[in-house]
Amino acid sequence: MISDITLGQYFPGKSVIHRFDPRLKLILTVFFIVLVFCAGNFVNMALVYATVICGMVMSKVPMKIYFKSLKPIFFIVAFTGILNLFYGTGEPLWQWGFITITLNGILNSIIIALRIIALILISSILTFTTSPTQLTDAIERILKPLTYIKVPVHEFAMMMTIALRFVPTLLEETDKIMSAQKARGADMESGGFTQRVKALIPVLIPLFVSAFRRAYDLATAMESRCYNGGNGRTKMKILKIQRNDIIMITFCVVFLAGFIAIAFFVPPIIR
Amino acid sequence: MSFIEVRDLKYTYNLGENDAHEALKGLSMNIEEGEFVALLGHNGCGKSTLAKIFNGMYTPLSGSVKVDGLDTSIEKNQIEVRRKVGLVQQNPDNQLVAGIVEEDVAFGPENLGIPPLEIRERVDEALKAVNMYEYREHAPFKLSGGQKQRVAIAGVIAMRTKCIVLDEPTAMLDPRGREEVMETIKKLNREHGITIILITHYMDEAVQSGRVIVMDDGKVLTEGAPREVFSNVELLKRHKLDVPQATELAYKLKNAGIDLKGVPMNTLECIDLIEQYINS
Repeated sequence: MISDITLGQYFPGKSVIHRFDPRLKLILTVFFIVLVFCAGNFVNMALVYATVICGMVMSKVPMKIYFKSLKPIFFIVAFTGILNLFYGTGEPLWQWGFITITLNGILNSIIIALRIIALILISSILTFTTSPTQLTDAIERILKPLTYIKVPVHEFAMMMTIALRFVPTLLEETDKIMSAQKARGADMESGGFTQRVKALIPVLIPLFVSAFRRAYDLATAMESRCYNGGNGRTKMKILKIQRNDIIMITFCVVFLAGFIAIAFFVPPIIR
Repeated sequence: MSFIEVRDLKYTYNLGENDAHEALKGLSMNIEEGEFVALLGHNGCGKSTLAKIFNGMYTPLSGSVKVDGLDTSIEKNQIEVRRKVGLVQQNPDNQLVAGIVEEDVAFGPENLGIPPLEIRERVDEALKAVNMYEYREHAPFKLSGGQKQRVAIAGVIAMRTKCIVLDEPTAMLDPRGREEVMETIKKLNREHGITIILITHYMDEAVQSGRVIVMDDGKVLTEGAPREVFSNVELLKRHKLDVPQATELAYKLKNAGIDLKGVPMNTLECIDLIEQYINS
């Protein structure tokens, strides 16, 4: 069944990482992603990896799932790695025509591959331990100051909430329509690419029609429950920074200091 | 003064266009606080339009609708009217906003700007009232139809509405879901004194109400206690409306010369009356 797809791949749990304030998690994710790009030598990189692996273990999400999330980007890692191999400077180790490989090039490509892998792992920790609702909520709260410059933050967050809410409903509906069309003799599994795309039209049209009908009903429901945009709205869930969060922030400050110190003493390999 | 007062109400869709359709043609009714009213009628007789008029979603073209003394056609009354009269629609999937049950129930109170701690209280209270408290952290799409509909009802009562209008809430449910929803509605009416306006096609549900209003072609055809209304089988038949199965059976028996003493509203009553007849 297509409705088995889990969106955002959230793994419910009660680990320390799950319980962190979602705003903090979001900000820390950005913080670590920036640091990954600043890590220009192996010592800094090792420090980042030590933290990331710590986070992965603490999240209590099976390691297998993290490796699965790396699979689709394997090609990108290999491609950028190999490409960077040829852009090194210094003494050539090996030369064939205009292609030269240097020690610098090899180290470069390793660092870049490590960076991409770290990026995926860091964002996986976020999406695996934070439910989509928490995530949208966190985004809305973090971006709140932007409302002063007339950015419709609440509206965007509401759109995201509704979209996330309707993903399983619409998937289920797609399933139903596909079965209904198959029962009328529609053939969706054979033929070339164009033929298969064409076969999707009788699925998409009813899906769109029903999505509009749902939208109309939902608008009625929201209006009759006094929805009037974001003005004067309160929230049931209060986010509070807790002891764990403060420990985490302290850790990150120490981490940043260590990171800078290392960067100061160990010369960067790239740039 | 009644809780809801409808006077000579007219409503037309797409007014002034070629496909203009007159849905309500001069309709008056009163609904008292704490009443349980069932609204019956054919498809297209204007029931659903009326549902949306009760909470100010549509405003009357002519005539007036007053909810607790507030005129619904005045724009600034509208939020207040919706606060008093909640709407539950037919399709349970299309009226839940959030991806988690308790957050959906919190949606209404959040819109009203109620302080977070009080929202929490109201949400727990509402979920307990519809017997869905243990599902508060579930995703709505994993619930059954009856459960979703109860969550929708919880979402309305969390706003502390005085009245709930239910527009065919059981039409898309299986028999078990229907029973769950009916039990919930009756309980809210009985224990919390919430006014219920139930629009339905199921006569067996209408029988459980305190008063039945039958609509036909944008007007009120007849109204009264269920027993009173359904006794007039001929009038209902003339307008191609159903009566409860038990009533129908008694009517047919009567036509065949077997005169039961009274009009049965449900299966048990019918059995009793037939037994009496046989014994006498």
